[in-house]
Amino acid sequence: MSTLVRDRSSVQPALPGVKEPRRRPSRRTTLLAAAVVVWILGFLVLHGTSTLTLPASELTDLHRSLNQFNAWVAANRADNPVFLYIFTPLRAAVDSVANLFTTTFAASSTGLRLPEIGWLGTVGLLGWIAFAVGNVRVALLTVAIFMFFGLQGLFVEATYTFALVLTAVLLTLLVGIPLGVLAGVSSRVARVITPVLDFMQTLPTFVYLAPLALIFLIGPASAVIATVIYAAPPVIRLTAHGIRAIPANTREASDSLGTTGLQRLLTLQLPMARRTIVMGINQSTMAALSMVTIAALIAAPGLGQVVVRALQSLDVGTAVNAGLSIVLLAIVLDRVTTAASRRAEPGAARNRRFSRKTRYLILGVTLVLALAMVQFSRSVLWAAAFPKDLNIGPGIVQAVSSASQWMQNNLSLFTVSFREAITTGILNPFQSLLTETPFYILVAVIAIAAYALGGWKLAAITTACLGVLIYLGLWSDSMVTLAGTLVATAVVMILGIIFGVAMGRSERVDQILRPVLDAGQTMPAFVYLVPFLGLFGATRFTAIIAGIIYAAPVAIKITADGITAISPTVVEAAISSGSTPWQVITKVQLPMARQSLALAANQGLIYVLAMVVVGALVGAGGLGYDVVAGFVQSAIFGKGLAAGLAIVFLGILLDRMTQAAAAAPLRKIPSSKIRLAKTSAT
Amino acid sequence: MNKAGLLLKRIVPAVAGAAAAALLLSGCGGASVNQVAAAGGSSEAPCGAVNVAMNAWVGYTANAAVYSYVAKNQLGCTVVQKDLNEQISWQGFASGEVDVVMENWGHNDLVKQYITDQKVAVDAGPTGNEGHIGWYVAPWMADKYPDITDGKNLNKYASMFATSESGGKGQILDGDPAFVTNDEALVKNLNLDYKVVFSGSEAALIQSFRTAEQNKTPLLGYFYEPQWFLSEVPLKKVALPAWSKGCDTDPEKVACDYPVYTLNKVISTKFADSGSPAAKLAKGFKWTNEDQNAVATDIQGGMAPEAAAKKWVDAHQEVVASWLK
Repeated sequence: MSTLVRDRSSVQPALPGVKEPRRRPSRRTTLLAAAVVVWILGFLVLHGTSTLTLPASELTDLHRSLNQFNAWVAANRADNPVFLYIFTPLRAAVDSVANLFTTTFAASSTGLRLPEIGWLGTVGLLGWIAFAVGNVRVALLTVAIFMFFGLQGLFVEATYTFALVLTAVLLTLLVGIPLGVLAGVSSRVARVITPVLDFMQTLPTFVYLAPLALIFLIGPASAVIATVIYAAPPVIRLTAHGIRAIPANTREASDSLGTTGLQRLLTLQLPMARRTIVMGINQSTMAALSMVTIAALIAAPGLGQVVVRALQSLDVGTAVNAGLSIVLLAIVLDRVTTAASRRAEPGAARNRRFSRKTRYLILGVTLVLALAMVQFSRSVLWAAAFPKDLNIGPGIVQAVSSASQWMQNNLSLFTVSFREAITTGILNPFQSLLTETPFYILVAVIAIAAYALGGWKLAAITTACLGVLIYLGLWSDSMVTLAGTLVATAVVMILGIIFGVAMGRSERVDQILRPVLDAGQTMPAFVYLVPFLGLFGATRFTAIIAGIIYAAPVAIKITADGITAISPTVVEAAISSGSTPWQVITKVQLPMARQSLALAANQGLIYVLAMVVVGALVGAGGLGYDVVAGFVQSAIFGKGLAAGLAIVFLGILLDRMTQAAAAAPLRKIPSSKIRLAKTSAT
Repeated sequence: MNKAGLLLKRIVPAVAGAAAAALLLSGCGGASVNQVAAAGGSSEAPCGAVNVAMNAWVGYTANAAVYSYVAKNQLGCTVVQKDLNEQISWQGFASGEVDVVMENWGHNDLVKQYITDQKVAVDAGPTGNEGHIGWYVAPWMADKYPDITDGKNLNKYASMFATSESGGKGQILDGDPAFVTNDEALVKNLNLDYKVVFSGSEAALIQSFRTAEQNKTPLLGYFYEPQWFLSEVPLKKVALPAWSKGCDTDPEKVACDYPVYTLNKVISTKFADSGSPAAKLAKGFKWTNEDQNAVATDIQGGMAPEAAAKKWVDAHQEVVASWLK
C-alpha cells in the first residue's frame, strides 16, 4: 500500500503498484526504473538549467496576442455582426429569464426591493412544488430550510442564489436534453460530443469566467451562461446513456410494431430513460449551485457574494453562516430532485399509499393553500420581507468567530509547525525535483514512462501535451502545479485506501461515512476554504488541503465499491486457509481491487486538478495563480487564458497515463496474486 | 404509451399550478406591497436604484459606506452594493451592473479603455484622498536595521525574509492579486533576490504585519495609505528608485516606485446623465485621509459599515451638506 503511494509521487502519476518483487522484472518495470534513473541523474547533473522559468510579470508573444482579445472585444462590441445578432440578443434573453426569477423570488428593482412573492409565498409555493414532484418529506424539508434561511438573516441572498440556479437549470435542460437525446440515438453525434464534454469538464471554471465576462459583461446573464456551460455535461451524458442503455430486444419489439423514429423516441426511449434523465437533472442542479456561488466574482448576486466578502476579510463566522445556507440549499435541491427521480422510476406508481384520485385532491387543496400564502405575501409587509427581529444569524457568526479565534490563538503553534514540516519536508523537495530538472529530461522521462504503460500511442499523446505546455510558455508553472497536484493526490489515495478498505469491509462504517462523504461532495469548494485559511494562512499547503477535501470522497467511494465488489468466496477462501485480516487486505482485497484503485487515482487526480484554480485563491502558485491573476488584472489577461489551457492539457496527460496504468496489467495480475496470497498464507 | 401518459398526467397539475400562479400574479398585480412601496418612495425623491461596486479594502468600504448611507437616508435611493474586484468593476459600467466606483487607484489602461474609447464611464472627481503604494517593513526592523528602508540594501537582508513559500529567496508579501501591483516586475528589474508571495487579501496582510511586530519577526510587504492600520502599527516605507513620469508605462519593464495617486471616483456615463441626485452626490463627495481612517477604524473595530457611516455623517453634517449643494 505504501509502495503504491510512494511510486506515484516519486516516479509519476501513473504507476499504482508497478512492482512484483522478487520476480523477473518485466520490460515495463525495467523501462520505468530507467525513467527514474534518467530523471534523478538529470536532476543531479543538470540541476537548474533549461528550466524554462517565466517570471510572473513577464509575458510571451503568445500571451500578448491573447491579450489582444480584450481589445478586440472592446472595439467590436458596438458594430460587429457577431455581437449585434448573437451575443447581445443572447445576453438580453438570458438576462430577462434571470430577471423574471430574481424579481419573483428575491427582489425586484423597484421601490423597497421586495420580491413579487414574499418569503411566505416563496416558502408555500416551493413546498408545494416539492410535494408535487416528490413527497411530503421533501416538502417539509424545503419549507423548514427556507424558513431557516430567514432565521439566518440570509433569505434574500439565498433566494437570489436559488433564482439563478433555477434559471441556469432550466436553460441547461433546454440545451442539454435535446443534445443528450441526439447523442443517445446517433452514435456519430455521440462521437463528436464526447470529447467536447470532456474538454468542458476539465476546463477550470475561472478560465471561461474571464472571457465570458468580457463578451457578455458582468452580471447575472454572464453568471447564468457560465453556469450552463458548467452544468450541461452531466445531463447530456446521462440522457444519452439512459437512451443507449435500453435493451436492444425491447427496441426491436417496438420496431417490429412499425413505430416511426419519433414515436419510438416519445413512447419508448424517453419514458424508459426517464429515471436516468432525472438523475442527470440532479447532477446538473448540484453543479449549477456550485458554479453560481463562484460566479459571485462576476457580480452574480446571492450567497456567493457573502462568502467572497468573508474570504477577503478573513471573517470565518460570516463565511460559515453563508456556507451553511449553501449546504442547506444543496441538500434541498438534491433531496427534491432525488425524490423526483424515485417517483419517475418505472413501477413507482403502483406501490403508493394513496390512489391517484386522492393524491390529486390533496394536491389541489394544498395548491390553493400555497396560492393563498402567495397572495398574502403580496399584500402584507411582514409576509413579504422576512421579519428582521427573528434573526439568529449574528449569533451563529459570533459563536463561530470566537471558536475560530480560539483555535487560531491556541492551535496556531501546532498548525504552523505542521504546515512548515510538510512544506519543507515533502512539498518543496518534490517541487524542486520537478521545476529544477531541465525540461528535455522531464519530457524524455515522461515519454519513456508513457511508452512503458501504453505503447507508442500514449508516448506520442503525452509528448504532444508537454509540447503544448512549452508552447504556451508555462512549463515551469505547470511543474509547480503538477507537484502540488501529485502530493495532494498521494494523500487522497492514502485516505482512499484507509477509509475505502474500512468501508468495504464493514457495512456499519459504510453507513456512517457515506453521508459525510456525500456532504463533502455537495459542498461548494469556496465554503470550506475560509476556516482553513484562518488556521494555515494563504499558502500552498492550504491549497493542497482544499484539493484533498474535494477529491478524497470520490476516491474513498470508488475504493470502497471496489472492495465490496470482490466475490465473497475469494475472501472466504483466503480466511479459511488461515490468512490474518492484514494478509487478506494486502494480499487479496487490495490486489483484486486494483482496477478500482487505479480508477480512484485517476478520478482523484482530475478532482484535485479541478481545484487548482480555487486553491490559488488561498495561496497556491503555478497555473492556478496565473488564471486568477489573469482574471483580475487586464494586463495579464492573455497569460491567464493560456494557463487555463495548460491546465486542460495537464489534465489530459494525467488522465491518459492513469487510465493506461489501470488498463494494462490487469489481464495477468489477479490470478497470480491470488495464487501468491494463498501460497504465502499456507 | 402508458408511461408517457403518466408523465403527462403529472405535468398537467404542475402546469395548471404555474398557470394559476401566473394568473394570480397578473390579476392581483396592482395590489402588491412592492408597488405600493415604490409609489411611496417615489414621492420623496426621484432617485431609484444605485449600484455601488465594493472593492476589497477597508478604505474603500469606508467611502462606499458613507456614500451609501447619505444616498439612502437623505436622498431616498435604493443602494445595491456588489462585491467585485477592482478591474472587474469597470466591466460593469457598460452593462449597468455598476454605477459607482468610490475609490479608484489610477488604472490608466482602464481609463483609456472605458472613459476615453468606449465612453461608458466618466471621472467624477477626486475623493480628496491621496494614495501611496509601496513596500513597507515592520517598525521594529527599521529601528534595528536603519539602512533597510533604502531599497538598495534589500538584497543584504534577503535571507532574513526567506520563508517556506519563497523558495530560498526573500519574501515580499503582497495582498490580493487584484490590487494594483508592479511588484513582480520590480523584483526582476531591480535585480532583487526576492520572490513575491500573495497573502490573498488586505485582512491577511494586516494580520501578518501585526504578528510580525508583536513577535519581532521579519516581514517585508506591499502596503498602502490611507490606511487605518498605520495608526496601530506605524509601518516604515522602503524607498525604491523615485517615480518619474512614464517610468511605469510598460508593466513588464517597471523599475521605479509607485506614483502618488490622486484617488478619484468613477461613475457610469448613463448614471451621470440620468440626473439622479445620487450622481450629484457621487461627484460632490470629498473628504480627507483622517475622515476615511476614522470610519475605517470603526469598521475594523467591529462596527457595521452602515453604523460607522452614520456616526461620521452625524458628526459632519455641514460637510455632507456641501456635497449635496
